[in-house]
Amino acid sequence: MKYQVQENCLTIYLPKEVDHHNAEEMKKEADAVIDRNHIKYVIFDFEKTDFMDSSGIGVIMGRYKTICLIGGEVWAVHANERIRKILTLSGAAKIMQIYEEEKP
Amino acid sequence: MKNTNEMEIRFDSRSANEGFARVAVASFMTQLNPTVEEVADVKTAVSEAVTNAIIHGYDSETEKVCIRCRIEDNVLYVEVSDRGCGIRDVEEAMRPMYTSKPEQDRSGMGFAFMEAFMDSVEVESEQGKGTRVKMKKTVGKGRELWTTQSL
Repeated sequence: MKYQVQENCLTIYLPKEVDHHNAEEMKKEADAVIDRNHIKYVIFDFEKTDFMDSSGIGVIMGRYKTICLIGGEVWAVHANERIRKILTLSGAAKIMQIYEEEKP
Repeated sequence: MKNTNEMEIRFDSRSANEGFARVAVASFMTQLNPTVEEVADVKTAVSEAVTNAIIHGYDSETEKVCIRCRIEDNVLYVEVSDRGCGIRDVEEAMRPMYTSKPEQDRSGMGFAFMEAFMDSVEVESEQGKGTRVKMKKTVGKGRELWTTQSL
């Protein structure tokens, strides 16, 4: 998993495809980083991602459950139309902030 | 005479095969000349069904998952089956947010996604015998057929 920690903010750079196969490892790693660095904000960066199924929603919901207890937030950035559709359909869009990029 | 085509694949119930499964079905359906959106819909639905077979049907055992695809004119039929543990209560399993493994933070959206992205989803399951998910999608709905004009 590619990630970056800045103060209490964790950015997870999601892979090209987010499915059950790579979600499991991502969950474990993310939880360890969140725990170790007292993370309050988790940013999911979808820049490279063109496929995500409900396993990805599980990753987001699970991390939300952890950090909402300490008043944290979950964000999505660089989400393409398809990813937005998945986030909306699953209800994940209700619990997370989706960063709207300015159109050039 | 209907224009038909079929394919069948069987693979080990390893999570690494999830990507293979959805790409295989996606490439089979290209003969229907689908939109990018339609391909993405089918890939998501296949991924959900195969993931279910692997984590729920077989738990952690490695057995075979079978996918059968059939094309009839512009309709794609996809059937994902396993010979795993089966589903006790199909109606309950198909309810959005329901998951039998809450400790693994699964979202419980698998069947909801299949239903959202396909035209119809049918589940046949028998405990101890396995599960068969039958999905159907009409490709190119509402799209005007265009023909090239002869010069």
